[in-house]
Amino acid sequence: MAATTPGTTSPAPAAAAAAPHAGDAYTAAQAAQDARATHARRRFRIWRGADGAGQLTDYTTDTVEGMVVLDAVHQIQAEQANDLAVRWNCKAGKCGSCSAEINGKPQLMCMTRLDQLLPADEPVTVEPMRAFPHVRDLVTDVSWNFRVKPRIAKFTPRPPDAPDGTWRMSQADVDRVQEFRKCIECFLCQDVCHVLRDHHLHEEFVGPRYLVHVAALEMHPLDTADRVPELRQAHGVGYCNITKCCTAVCPEGIKITDNAIIPLKERVVDEFFDPIGKLVKIFSRRRK
Amino acid sequence: MIDYQTVSHDVLVVGAGGAGLRAAIEAAAGGASVGLVCKSLLGKAHTVMAEGGIAAALANVDDRDSWRVHFADTMRGGQYVNNWRMAELHAREAPDRVRELEAWGALFDRTTDGRILQRNFGGHRYPRLAHVGDRTGLEMIRTLQDHGVHQGIDVHMECTVLTLLTDGGRVSGAFGYDRERGRFRLFRAKAVVLATGGIGRAYKITSNSWEYTGDGHSLAYHAGAALQDMEFVQFHPTGMIWPPSVRGILVTEGVRGEGGVLRNSEGRRFMFDDVPENYSAQTASDEEEGWRYTQGDKSARRPPELLTRDHVARCIVREVREGRGSPHGGVFLDISWIKEKLPNAADHIRRKLPSMYHQFMQLAGIDITKEPMEIGPTTHYVMGGVRVDGDTQMSTVPGLFAAGECAAGLHGANRLGGNSLSDLVVFGKRAGEHAVRFAASNGAAGVDEAQVEAAARTALEPFSRAGSAEQPYEVQDTLQECMQDLVGIVRTGREMEEALGCIGTLTGRAARVFVRGNREYNPGWHTALDLGHLLTVSEAITRSALERRESRGGHFREDYPDRDPSFAAFNFVVRKGDGGEMRVERAPIPPMPDELKAVIEEMK
Repeated sequence: MAATTPGTTSPAPAAAAAAPHAGDAYTAAQAAQDARATHARRRFRIWRGADGAGQLTDYTTDTVEGMVVLDAVHQIQAEQANDLAVRWNCKAGKCGSCSAEINGKPQLMCMTRLDQLLPADEPVTVEPMRAFPHVRDLVTDVSWNFRVKPRIAKFTPRPPDAPDGTWRMSQADVDRVQEFRKCIECFLCQDVCHVLRDHHLHEEFVGPRYLVHVAALEMHPLDTADRVPELRQAHGVGYCNITKCCTAVCPEGIKITDNAIIPLKERVVDEFFDPIGKLVKIFSRRRK
Repeated sequence: MIDYQTVSHDVLVVGAGGAGLRAAIEAAAGGASVGLVCKSLLGKAHTVMAEGGIAAALANVDDRDSWRVHFADTMRGGQYVNNWRMAELHAREAPDRVRELEAWGALFDRTTDGRILQRNFGGHRYPRLAHVGDRTGLEMIRTLQDHGVHQGIDVHMECTVLTLLTDGGRVSGAFGYDRERGRFRLFRAKAVVLATGGIGRAYKITSNSWEYTGDGHSLAYHAGAALQDMEFVQFHPTGMIWPPSVRGILVTEGVRGEGGVLRNSEGRRFMFDDVPENYSAQTASDEEEGWRYTQGDKSARRPPELLTRDHVARCIVREVREGRGSPHGGVFLDISWIKEKLPNAADHIRRKLPSMYHQFMQLAGIDITKEPMEIGPTTHYVMGGVRVDGDTQMSTVPGLFAAGECAAGLHGANRLGGNSLSDLVVFGKRAGEHAVRFAASNGAAGVDEAQVEAAARTALEPFSRAGSAEQPYEVQDTLQECMQDLVGIVRTGREMEEALGCIGTLTGRAARVFVRGNREYNPGWHTALDLGHLLTVSEAITRSALERRESRGGHFREDYPDRDPSFAAFNFVVRKGDGGEMRVERAPIPPMPDELKAVIEEMK
């Protein structure tokens, strides 16, 4: 079978060398791929320590073509440091668990390929997100984020108005909100936001993730709740000064600042700081 | 004396994916105090990985659809060893569960008249999958999560259950530990719902995350519950295969639903070469008809790429085996070809399959709008699980419920794509509802301190084995290779006997693993604790597969390649014997009511 022909230059791992069993031609073909891939040694500097104390620790491991940072961390964990703490789940950029600062840049470890981290003879530095309390190694305590969400007024749909007891919505109206609902809650935007990272205003400001959440609710075609007063007060939308750092790190490419935060700021302005709008409102309230 | 924290709930839900969240929401709505244990952070469970959609006979796109057609499709896909009552309830209730998600804020893609859009998927006669591009699972889990956080549910994040506690044969709680600090936690509960998902980590090539170690299956088994259908493991036909580090990551069936085709190295659409007899009447006779089907032509029949997953996976293995594989040992999946048919095909693909586009671009450097993907089968789902009552989801242990992937019955020998998300909400709701009822009518049971102490001591043992050379990761790796090679897509009796030997050896090695470091967020320790679950489910799969001397659905035996009608009369059930040995028994399938039989006849 052509697909099992071993490669030329790289050392074959044990799996490829093992005699294939009768039922596993596909498995054998896959194992043979490992031997055909290009291998290289690469250096890593990984933050080790607990509760804020710690240091970068050097590791060197064998890397294979196409590998992402999370693969390297796992390999180091399996072969050299069983207790290296790292949070991860899907390894496909869908769950948002493996956020870290790679060479100083907040990114998902599972979606950052080693061959994008150049030059290849420089070590790759992997550190935990710095805006959250440190737990161990690459793991931080992100529980604050989970306490913020219940503070935001929940989805409140208007009564169903289609004859079959549901609703009708056009794709165009849904599109706008679907952008926000792509959010995988990786909290990289929270990590990079200077209001949280540098000024620690966690009590006054919910952060970009939750402004996106508010935007998704406010722009939901069925929602009837008014979150504008709480946006101004409890959620602190005014603290954002539109540096767009959050947008730059979003792995889902959500235009956080332009599409979520700025429209929310505009709603706050319209509601609280627009004198003509205020008059219109008072007038229309009287007419009701 | 072991130190632990105690919490009490009426209902404890273990697992916070779609099924666990839905169960917790229902239990809380029923007035119970609810604890929800997540192995990871809330909202990260494997449900986020579901891509294609949620199956429900809404009949929004094709008004010929109904619960009856959905029921018949599910039974046909499961090759008639399903729990027919579950298949009936599922087909009847799925539409309401989907509409409920919308009422809780989910935003599905729309039809032109503003209703929920539905797409084609393997084994479903009509377009049936409500979806959001190719990130339906994320939409579902986020909707449930956002609804649930306002329900007063106590969420125990990054907490792992080690054992279930029983009192006089009924469940009385669970014992586990929190990962961050490594402290033990005792959960007293009147009823427990298992919603722990699957077992994919027993295999080397899998679409499943590290969490999928069969915890619920194993916890239930060791608490005395019966497991069922464990031989039926689904190998999804399309996982990524290159580069090596992404091998196994799922490529949604939605690619084929949107017109993607499978080709071998000769450029041939090999799926036309082998269409099973019971599907021939529903399958397109040529490429043109298949294309028309994917574009909504109601007079066309579906292309063979949309046959059931078990069959497609085996056809791919056959192509590779016979030397017609792609350069990296799989076959080609091509969606880019639709540019011959559609203007703006690239935009269309990016809109319909955004995360697939992103995934291949970023991880493999492949632009799926321009070139074919290389794919091959990946361990994806287990049809088998805890044996439950179809209506209540209660296991054979009173007070212990199971829902979602860790429960058995709905899918029989093979699950249809899209039926898992609907499974989660239909039976998550039922499990939550009946757990509340059980809790209300039975009150609290006692907790045996000795049971707790023993569980804690066993959990801490790996730290005390300094000097032992056994590493948890090595044992896990060896088990994954053993199951992949010997109890994989194509099985033989001889190889599975060999696997049992391997599992026995690894059970011995697992009892000697040494864990370095301390108890705080220690993945080495966690891996050591997972080994027991993985070994239990691996043994259950292998023993059940050895007993099923025929081929059916996800279970294919080269030494018994044909279906044997006599095996359609029962399910294989696994129980723990009095001496601690694993016993496999045959449980007859109860006769189907005439009404349901008539539905199946009508849809043939």
